[in-house]
Amino acid sequence: MSLSYYLGQSFAQHALIAAGLVAITSGLIGPFVVTRGAAFAVHGTAELAFTGAAAGLLVANNPIAGALIGSLVVATAIGTLGGRARERDSVIGVVLAFGLGLGVLLLSYYHGFATEATNILFGQIFGVSSGQVVLLVGIALVVLAAIAVLYRPLLFASVDPEVADARGVPTRLVGVLFLFVLAITVTEAAQIVGTLLVLSLAITPAAAAQRLSSRPAVVTALSITFAVIAADGGLLASLESNTVKASVFVTFISFGIYVLVRLINLVVRSRGTRRQSRPYA
Amino acid sequence: MADDNEPRIHLDHATLRFGARTIWADLTLDVAPGEFVAVLGPNGSGKTSLLKTLLGLAPLTSGTVEVCGRPPHKGSSVVGYIPQQKGFDRDIPLRGRDFVRLGLDGHRWGTPLPNKKVAAAVQHAIESVGAADYADAPLGLLSGGEQQRLRVAQSLMGDPKVLLCDEPLLSLDLNHQQAVTALIDARRKQSQTSVLFVTHEVNPVLPLVDRILYLVDGRWAIGTPDEVLTSARLTDLYGTEIDVLHVRGRIIVVGGPESAHAEPGASHHHHPHDDDHEPDLVIGRRGRRSPHSSDH
Repeated sequence: MSLSYYLGQSFAQHALIAAGLVAITSGLIGPFVVTRGAAFAVHGTAELAFTGAAAGLLVANNPIAGALIGSLVVATAIGTLGGRARERDSVIGVVLAFGLGLGVLLLSYYHGFATEATNILFGQIFGVSSGQVVLLVGIALVVLAAIAVLYRPLLFASVDPEVADARGVPTRLVGVLFLFVLAITVTEAAQIVGTLLVLSLAITPAAAAQRLSSRPAVVTALSITFAVIAADGGLLASLESNTVKASVFVTFISFGIYVLVRLINLVVRSRGTRRQSRPYA
Repeated sequence: MADDNEPRIHLDHATLRFGARTIWADLTLDVAPGEFVAVLGPNGSGKTSLLKTLLGLAPLTSGTVEVCGRPPHKGSSVVGYIPQQKGFDRDIPLRGRDFVRLGLDGHRWGTPLPNKKVAAAVQHAIESVGAADYADAPLGLLSGGEQQRLRVAQSLMGDPKVLLCDEPLLSLDLNHQQAVTALIDARRKQSQTSVLFVTHEVNPVLPLVDRILYLVDGRWAIGTPDEVLTSARLTDLYGTEIDVLHVRGRIIVVGGPESAHAEPGASHHHHPHDDDHEPDLVIGRRGRRSPHSSDH
């Protein structure tokens, strides 16, 4: 069946809207994740969303609610236990390993559809109901509003925590609030690409964007654009192929954009358009 | 500001303790508008803690502290802060211009919107430190000296009445040391901004210094360089034999139990975050390092 046929179907329309929303929120927080060096926090939060989802599946047959609770618990743990970056990473590693083990244990007690479990890990965008689309819109609005309020102090605290502190930015509070926003975004993204592949929307587009500009607004806009291209593009490719999961294409497109940007960097640099060396000012 | 003769910084029997350890005790000091006070002393003598107190980040154990007539509080707009040059990640998504703007409104909630007035103020600050050429370049690609100029511009965005500088010259080469001190000096002359300048090398700022606050082991001395940087005064302060030497217009402090190797003009490799055991007794220019060796 053709792509145009699918695009007339409500399940495909819902999926496109959902993927777009997820991409916008992931692309928005991505630059902050990269600047704060919080890629591992994203990964840890996503993996433990898996544990939460497994628990949610077992207890209430509701993986999304479970994933959301799981990731929020983890965000709180990371925010309160890990102060310094190195300490934070080891705390994430410790909690991550235990949480994954727990998730596997929980799944072994689950006797429903096996695909439910793999969907948590690798994503399942099709089958999003109109009610879920409304929920995703709500989550996206919350994330957008939170970042709009946090933007300036979060940027300051991310690039220069010491001076931000001296200027009265509540750096600790801002950091914990950001982790909550991150947890919500990651849980949402996991519905599309799965907990294992969240980084393809939350890191890769931002990492590519930062190689093209150093203007904060431009970086954010590019990051969102790349994420939307990857998410919706991956979805359309999946509809066209009929057999391969959307998350596969999402990660491929996302990675492709990143590689392309690095190649552009190489070409630009070899042409000698790097900033000319200036005399000491 | 002619009517503004109140001390900008007022410390009265200020004592700071961390647990059982006394950082400094009964510190009494008034800093006048436009005054340049250098804060010297060995590592761990509480120089940075003093700045933290004035920033409202380290409350006194006892005594009084006021900045512009009020107890210090976090985020005060009357205080500007310039830290050490530390270097930024190369791929930090920020231009010099964005970095300077953070000094104006980075602490406020919300998203920065394009604003002509703000842009003009940022541009003015950038030009006043001579950074217009590279203000649109990625912050992470600038040299240490360029980044430090932008830090000065950033600290002036809030139009501070007090400028707190914590080793702002560290790891800068001689040219940039002079450029950055000249900028700070110009600011205090134009706007009567008081400057508290923490450093372990007094020589680069010696021509600008009105008074020196010397902290050692909880004790302190205050006065003009001629009053404080004498063998007798520092011997008294350290409680051990100290010699202050004048060599080619530089002042070198030699002495203490571990001073056998500290000859006049010898380089010393102290870094403020090194261990705290050895007193930082040599206040000299760093030996024979090449002028560019310490710059990125």
